[in-house]
Amino acid sequence: MHPSRTLRLALPAIAPTLGLVLVLSACGGSSDEADASDDPLTVYVGRDEELVAPLLEQFTEETGIEVEARYAGTPELAATLLDEGENSPADVFLSQDAGALGALSDAGLVDALPDEITGAVSPELTSTDGTWVGVTGRARVIAYDGEELSADEVPDSVTDLTADEWEGRVGFPPGNASFQSFVTGYRVAEGDAAAQAWLEGMADNDVQSYEKNGEVLEAVNSGQLDLGLINHYYWFQTAAEVGAENMRAQLKFPEAGDPGALVNVTGAAVLSDHPDARAFVEYLVSEAGQTYFVENTYEYPLVPGIAAPEGLPALEELQGPEIDLSDLADLETTVTMIDESGLS
Amino acid sequence: MTSTRPPLPLLIAAAAGALVASVPLVYLLVRAGEIGLDTFADVLVRPRTAELLVSSLGLALAVCATTLVLGVASAWILATVRLPGHRWWWVLTALPLAVPSYVAAFGWLSTVPGWSGFVPAWFVLSAVCVPYVALPVGAALRRADADLALVARSLGRGRWASWRTGVLPQVTPAAGAGTLLVALYVLSDFGAVALLRFPVFTFAIQRQYGSFVGRDNAVVLALVLVALALAVVGLERWVRGRGERRRIGSGTGRPLSPVAVAPVPTLSCVAVLLLAPVVAIGVPVVALFRRLAQGTARALDPADLLDATVSTMTVAAGGAALALVLAVPIGVLAARHRGVVVDAVEAGGFSGHALPGIVVALSLVYLSLRVVPSLYQGMIVLMFAYAVLFLPKAIGATRTSVGQVPPALTEVARSLGRPPVAAHRAVTWPLATPGIAAGGLLVMLTAMKELPATLLLRPTGTDTLATEIWSRTSSAAYGAASWYALALLLVAAVPAFWLSRPVTWDGPR
Repeated sequence: MHPSRTLRLALPAIAPTLGLVLVLSACGGSSDEADASDDPLTVYVGRDEELVAPLLEQFTEETGIEVEARYAGTPELAATLLDEGENSPADVFLSQDAGALGALSDAGLVDALPDEITGAVSPELTSTDGTWVGVTGRARVIAYDGEELSADEVPDSVTDLTADEWEGRVGFPPGNASFQSFVTGYRVAEGDAAAQAWLEGMADNDVQSYEKNGEVLEAVNSGQLDLGLINHYYWFQTAAEVGAENMRAQLKFPEAGDPGALVNVTGAAVLSDHPDARAFVEYLVSEAGQTYFVENTYEYPLVPGIAAPEGLPALEELQGPEIDLSDLADLETTVTMIDESGLS
Repeated sequence: MTSTRPPLPLLIAAAAGALVASVPLVYLLVRAGEIGLDTFADVLVRPRTAELLVSSLGLALAVCATTLVLGVASAWILATVRLPGHRWWWVLTALPLAVPSYVAAFGWLSTVPGWSGFVPAWFVLSAVCVPYVALPVGAALRRADADLALVARSLGRGRWASWRTGVLPQVTPAAGAGTLLVALYVLSDFGAVALLRFPVFTFAIQRQYGSFVGRDNAVVLALVLVALALAVVGLERWVRGRGERRRIGSGTGRPLSPVAVAPVPTLSCVAVLLLAPVVAIGVPVVALFRRLAQGTARALDPADLLDATVSTMTVAAGGAALALVLAVPIGVLAARHRGVVVDAVEAGGFSGHALPGIVVALSLVYLSLRVVPSLYQGMIVLMFAYAVLFLPKAIGATRTSVGQVPPALTEVARSLGRPPVAAHRAVTWPLATPGIAAGGLLVMLTAMKELPATLLLRPTGTDTLATEIWSRTSSAAYGAASWYALALLLVAAVPAFWLSRPVTWDGPR
């Protein structure tokens, strides 16, 4: 066959595709001019898509409100929202932790929520000024390799992890919002110098660095890592999939008052005057929203009267360091500290 | 044969294209200008930056060496050994082009849980990159003139020595250009190194960008990465520049003819050809199916898969169309004219070559947000990113295709009374279009696999196959990722199939 003939055969396939693209882009352009009230609600989600997407679908089904979600890490989205400022296309921010919400609130980018929304949640687990509302609770835990270690051998405090004994055996995700909030909590409870010394000690102790909590758990569960610092519910999610009896990784809740025992919350804030933004946040703290998280993500509900997932210690029993959630807003110092200790 | 003075409209169109293509680089510099010198100094003197430099360069070097050896060996086998089903061996060699690095890495991670660091990154990227060397070298070998080797033998050189002096120099430019592509691919790869946890520059840029306070640091690191890529491009030019070869004298060359070899060497030849496809596709695809068989936590919604496939093809095709619009004037100019201005225009068009996806994305996020907020997070910005990133492929295809149409043909048409534009339309276009279209196809294929720029720039609510795979590899939904990975492989295999034909790398002759 003449070489260029085969190429010519390819052309009929390419030309219509390109034509179609131009038409599609043209259609896409015209929808921008629709009324603001018809715009779908834009939600920035700082959590895993896999966990949140079904909830958004459920919300749309029940309310008829279309939602478009942008998924990325909570710190990235918080930084994006600060960059975007008033130009932000986002209407609601669903954050993986309290610190990022506090930072946005400090920057004056969020609209205060009405009392009927903020009042639905226990006051110690939400913002103090009503700028955002807590949605679910999560505890920091130490996941350990149950085939290598017994619960007694696992330290009661994260401060012990800088000991020689644990060199190269511990992992955590330094870029993750929950981890960063834990460090902020450490700073608030024990002082900046102690937190910095701990981070440097961990870096010197060859701590294994991961991108996400889930990867840390997977590493512990497959025996590559002895200890991992994660949020409690990753274990329960994986256990629900493969069966708790098949879990090689086990959980240890650090002792009361330890910085490693922080109880943090996810939360939501309204960023624009989109008419449906508040309805969405209200849905998150409604019975339907809270039940979704209990059943699917194994987090603690924050609305009184809704039962926590089975098998979890009661939220009241967990004693983190004595701090206020609004103290977690100083992300900047924390991230710089993590960065300077060579962990990012 | 090239006239020195390009027509003004062509020059303007080409210069406009080159200017547009340089926008991300220029804006990155503007953005960098806003950063204080102390931040620059701070980031540059960190030990971490030196570590990243060593990791990035070390990985690029190792992958280049491996792909060069394996790629040249594969090409030599394709061109000189008679194997059954000859055409299909070319297709097989090209097929790793369809595999995004992060899909291969994901497949290997499912097979060898927890594999991480330099070795797996080198292993996976090498397998994925072999076609970048094998295909152009294979095409060059097909064009090669075997007479030179025969002359060398007649002058008393041994078999290997005569091959080395007679044939090898005819393929070194292709091997060099292919290796350059590999080096740039490795420097800009994000998905595989992130999954395999080998921290290099792209990884650090993404992490700084994703951190709460690291955006200025990300820009500084991006500039260092651009400098690194430019150094690689410069190195390749310098090496290629010394030693151009011309055939003088009349007569046609003798092509290398495929020879049959004994069964045992044939088997080892087959083993060499199979190596990269098995590592890049075989093992990952088996792993994907195994994951599927294990079931998924959440059932696949076929509508989501279809949506993602359609968006992937739409943005990729849009990017390819935009790339062709920008590339054709530049390619025609470069094929037909010479001079300082022409060189400058061509270099501007090639700037995407040295810009990793994450860098272009970074620049375009800031640019669209501050200069054209109405386009921020719009489809058009993503298409533009693809066009800039992969413009060099489209320019290269246009330049080669147009360059191979003898200008004498156009002159004949003009002597028969056609005005210049009509003469080109009647003669040059029909001959050059297939090659240009192949370039567009290559842009589309590459854009479909692109990950870091897509992650940052895609419109809210738009998922492509690449972003769907990525979001699932980072949660406990490996099984669900498999469907999307298989769909992407399938969609990307079609253009890869077309591009497997040696004529694509060769141009019509």
